[in-house]
Amino acid sequence: MAAIYSLYIINKSGGLIFYKDYGSAGRMDTNDTLRVASLWHSMHAISQQLSPVLGCAGIELLEADNFDLHCFQSLTGTKFFVVCEPGTLHMENLLKYIYELYTDYVLKNPFYEMEMPIRCELFDINLSQAVQKDRVALLGR
Amino acid sequence: MAPAGPRSGDAIFASVERVNAELFTLTYGAIVRQLLTDLEEVDEVNKQLDQMGYNIGIRLVDEFLAKSNVSRCVDFKETAEVIAKVGFKMFLGVGASVTNWDAEGTCCSIVLEDNPLVDFVELPDTCQGLYYCNVLSGVIRGALEMVSMKTEVTWLRDVLRGDDVFELQVKLIKQVPEEYPYKDDE
Repeated sequence: MAAIYSLYIINKSGGLIFYKDYGSAGRMDTNDTLRVASLWHSMHAISQQLSPVLGCAGIELLEADNFDLHCFQSLTGTKFFVVCEPGTLHMENLLKYIYELYTDYVLKNPFYEMEMPIRCELFDINLSQAVQKDRVALLGR
Repeated sequence: MAPAGPRSGDAIFASVERVNAELFTLTYGAIVRQLLTDLEEVDEVNKQLDQMGYNIGIRLVDEFLAKSNVSRCVDFKETAEVIAKVGFKMFLGVGASVTNWDAEGTCCSIVLEDNPLVDFVELPDTCQGLYYCNVLSGVIRGALEMVSMKTEVTWLRDVLRGDDVFELQVKLIKQVPEEYPYKDDE
């Protein structure tokens, strides 16, 4: 069964505000994750400029030999992207669901400062439940 | 799998957890009373309510976008319609309509059919300059700022001040899209 390797959430300025590692493949230290996040932020922005079509919203899917990268950007500029095994299904739905969890457990926490790293236990708990394999399959209804 | 279309305000309002309306009205009333006690000046209270609304709006907009599934609006007219028909319905359970568009399409009025914040409320003579529902203008301003629109939101008509309806004027000052420093000429 296809698996998720990692999840990143980037704020609108390109700073990493959340990183979660789910597999042993591609484990990175904190500095590397920050670099990868800003790199992705820049590439996403460049792709919008390069697009031959007007109104491009940026890269949604990157397919490589060993992994797929699915990215969802909200209209407020926050990006949610997940690195997973090639061919994993239902990642777009998972990202939309994680966006909803973010709006509930992060944004509604009055002690969470906007654009800062996410340290919300309720978000972590609900996120782990969402990422479990059987839940991911259920999201593809 | 085809992406889901935008959901109606009624459908979302029915699907979220709701709170007792009187508790909501009483809580808001307690906030306004406390601000009046602490700040004493009606203008200061108006400013604080707007600021509180702004802080709510910047967070609320993501929930709105996540739950309503609306796509990017093509112009400000669509934005105003979406706020009135989906936004107000989803969060306050009230209907609203958009009227009084100016020639350029940057300024309009949103008229509320109802307003749960002001149930049971009467303004005393000492608070005649108070915009009791000013939190709502802050919410709209904050929410739109997070989607790159700088706006000015003011009250045109206020039932607590003697008018027949609640009317908000929403004026688009400018669109400020995200700046990326990738241009060759910089």
